[in-house]
Amino acid sequence: MVASSSSLKLQDLIQEIREAKTQAQEREVIQKECAHIRASFRDGDPLHRHRQLTKLLYVHLLGYPAHFGQMECLKLIASPRFTDKRVGYLGAMLLLDERQDAHLLITNSIKNDLSQGIQAVQGLALCTLSATGSAEMCRDLATEVEKLLLQPSAYVRKKAVLTAVHMIRKAPELSDIFLPPCAQLLHEHHHGILLGTITLITELCERSPAALKHFRKMVPQLVHILRTVVTTGYSKEHSISGVSDPFLQVQILRLLRILGRNHEESSETMNDLLAQVATNTDTSRNAGNAVLFETVLTIMDIRSAAGLRVLAVNILGRFLLNTDRNIRYVALTSLLRLVQSDHSAVQRHRPTVVECLREPDGSLSRRALELSLALVNSSNVQAMIQELQGFLESCPPDLQADCASGILLAAERFAPTKRWHIDTTLRVLTTAGTHVRDDAVASLTQLIGGAQELHAYSVRRLYSALAEDISQQPLVQAATWCIGEYGDLLLEGSCEETEPLQVEEEEVLALLERVLQSHMSLPATRGYALTALVKLSTRLRGDNRIRQVVSIYRSCLDVELQQRAVEYNTLFQKYDHMRAAILEKIPLVERGGSQVDEEAKESKETAQLSEAAPVPTEPQASKLLDLLDLLDGPSGDAQHPRPLDPTPGSALIHLLNLPCAPPPPAPIPNLKVFEREGLQLDLSFVRPPGTPTLLLITVTATNTSGGDVTHFICQAAVPKSFQLQLQAPSGDTVPAQGGLPMTQLLRILNPKKAPLRLKLRLTYNHFGQSVQEIFEVNNLPVEAWQ
Amino acid sequence: MQFMLLFSRQGKLRLQKWYVPLSDKEKKKITRELVQTVLARKPKMCSFLEWRDLKIVYKRYASLYFCCAIEDQDNELITLEIIHRYVELLDKYFGSVCELDIIFNFEKAYFILDEFLLGGEVQETSKKNVLKAIEQADLLQEFQKLL
Repeated sequence: MVASSSSLKLQDLIQEIREAKTQAQEREVIQKECAHIRASFRDGDPLHRHRQLTKLLYVHLLGYPAHFGQMECLKLIASPRFTDKRVGYLGAMLLLDERQDAHLLITNSIKNDLSQGIQAVQGLALCTLSATGSAEMCRDLATEVEKLLLQPSAYVRKKAVLTAVHMIRKAPELSDIFLPPCAQLLHEHHHGILLGTITLITELCERSPAALKHFRKMVPQLVHILRTVVTTGYSKEHSISGVSDPFLQVQILRLLRILGRNHEESSETMNDLLAQVATNTDTSRNAGNAVLFETVLTIMDIRSAAGLRVLAVNILGRFLLNTDRNIRYVALTSLLRLVQSDHSAVQRHRPTVVECLREPDGSLSRRALELSLALVNSSNVQAMIQELQGFLESCPPDLQADCASGILLAAERFAPTKRWHIDTTLRVLTTAGTHVRDDAVASLTQLIGGAQELHAYSVRRLYSALAEDISQQPLVQAATWCIGEYGDLLLEGSCEETEPLQVEEEEVLALLERVLQSHMSLPATRGYALTALVKLSTRLRGDNRIRQVVSIYRSCLDVELQQRAVEYNTLFQKYDHMRAAILEKIPLVERGGSQVDEEAKESKETAQLSEAAPVPTEPQASKLLDLLDLLDGPSGDAQHPRPLDPTPGSALIHLLNLPCAPPPPAPIPNLKVFEREGLQLDLSFVRPPGTPTLLLITVTATNTSGGDVTHFICQAAVPKSFQLQLQAPSGDTVPAQGGLPMTQLLRILNPKKAPLRLKLRLTYNHFGQSVQEIFEVNNLPVEAWQ
Repeated sequence: MQFMLLFSRQGKLRLQKWYVPLSDKEKKKITRELVQTVLARKPKMCSFLEWRDLKIVYKRYASLYFCCAIEDQDNELITLEIIHRYVELLDKYFGSVCELDIIFNFEKAYFILDEFLLGGEVQETSKKNVLKAIEQADLLQEFQKLL
């Protein structure tokens, strides 16, 4: 169609735009026409101005710029012709929102139009003011609008009331002006005015506690109004599907909710009416359900009687069974809001909620999921998790993460047995592994680590799962860890809780290697796999294959893996004798206690030391018992086994706690206790601050004679109430001629702060003779024990 | 109500009524995204969805989608009734309304809406009164033409 060169009529313009085959064509038509419109605006043709603006508004609706029409709106609004005003005000609402500079300029026109006599014109002005009036405009025109509240015309009054609502939203201080007329307006019979008034009162109450208090006095009146509306018979004008003016009912119910909240008296006043509406409203169509829904919301929010609350929850339960999807949606949303405050009432509808999980509509199934998770408790956990697992398998991807973490959380809180917990976690990892949170792996390993009776079961199940699918990283990580720790249990015999599983060593190693090599495995996962392989070297029979693999990865490009491989390889070579101890199984994990890794490290350290340090205390222990015979405590009791530490291990642990360096010098004077042929024994004493019952004695043996003292052993005994520990001596030779002294540390605990007595026994070789000396130390300084 | 949009199955806007102040750019962005979201909904899905921090209520009548954005405390079910009432008003006015009527008489669609809702709230619950008001305004317009 050939585009005409003169201005088009609106209808023709629209037609031409619709006929354009491409975006470019459409743009061309519009640009051409806009040129005409602009020219027309310039020429200032008043008669057709409204037509031009209408065309421009159409073009604007399609998304094209129309700002050059803003001033024309102003001109049209100022015109006396109704047609002009109609289009002008429409233009103002579309083009002149409050962010535009020209916006304020219409204030004057609006003011004039509000005070002139034609209702339709007043209507236009009020409409524009309430749609786009800025705060400043509202302040300027508040008194005008106030006047209109009392005008005879219902048409104008209903609009004025709603304009007041907008004004309060924009300039809250205007509440002072619009609060007083409300009382009178409530006596209106005109539904439109009544509705507007209720809306206005609602707005006032929401903004000011004082207004709220003021309007609470009107609760009885509001109840009366609602009752009248409800009991009025069918009115052609206002009824929808047999429900009297549902718009008005809903608005009143909403106001009652605000007024009755936290207020016993008001709640009580509306109780009967709410019950009446809840039971008598026709629920066959949406209009009735809308009213019922609002009623339920009100009942649940005010201080209603218990019976009424139960009624409300049951209505929601009925909504859940409604064939209308929209009704089910609002029911689920509301029940979710109530699940904390009215938990047991909502629990009754749990089966229906679970049914809603099967909804094909994503909005509904999401709501159902949230609600289901909120309803899980210790008595229904197994059934509920079963349902949720089923849901997890088929739900849309955007819900999988929430569902998975919800299941794991619920399992954490309510698991009846550890085995069930492990099974549930395993199922989640298998179904939705990629969507679980990072800490799921840590939780699972902690869980398994702490359940000794389930080690065999866990490793078998995880092995089977891993063998099937090595792509889901959390599952792979947990499984490789488990196989590494408990791989031996995987191979031996059968576990009665799982199906018989014949697994060969080679299969296990092959699987781990697969994980290690797979491009699907994250770097962290590969680290897990490598460590697992190394651990298995002590749990399986042969380790050649493992050594090979570890060796290969020493040149891996991934730095983390490379470092591990090098360290593990060193373990195989230089420290092979320590490998078994280092790779020992971790002790049982305290749930929620220290980290698994730290415990493993600690046990490795103690294991290491037990191999490294020789222990000379045993022979001393037996000899000391002899010494005990010589020393009786002041009470004269027969001797009984002294509280020495007989086991080497525990002595070692104490070793770790003792300071390795000599104790810092203390003011207690040293004591010479023995001297024979050049061999001298001195004692020095230290009371470490902070431990008043502890005394550290260092025995120093020096040899000024010409011959060495060899095979030197010093033993000590103390009264019953004391505890004595001897550290290993620095040596058993005291070289001649003032050579390096031999030292030995004695650790004495004196919990009763009793006077210290000390007996020493020495045996050694000197000048070719074996010597034995036993003596009690005299003159021990009191500071050593006080 | 914060805004109401009418658009076709192809995503073409037929009416936009905003009750909150937003820049042209913001309005365009919201319109584009919301239209996309609603058009992606399958026929059997419910009429409500959460979008940003708003509740969206929409319903399709023939080739037109009627889409409202309401606030958290607003009643979704009554909003469906609002949409339905508006369609009934259009239907009564145009006589068996179809999308074309709204395209070629878009300004009338606005005038009718403005007699039913004001500032985002329902101003008149009587169908009769709304239609009477439109009728009188049209008459006034015609009358002035004769002068």
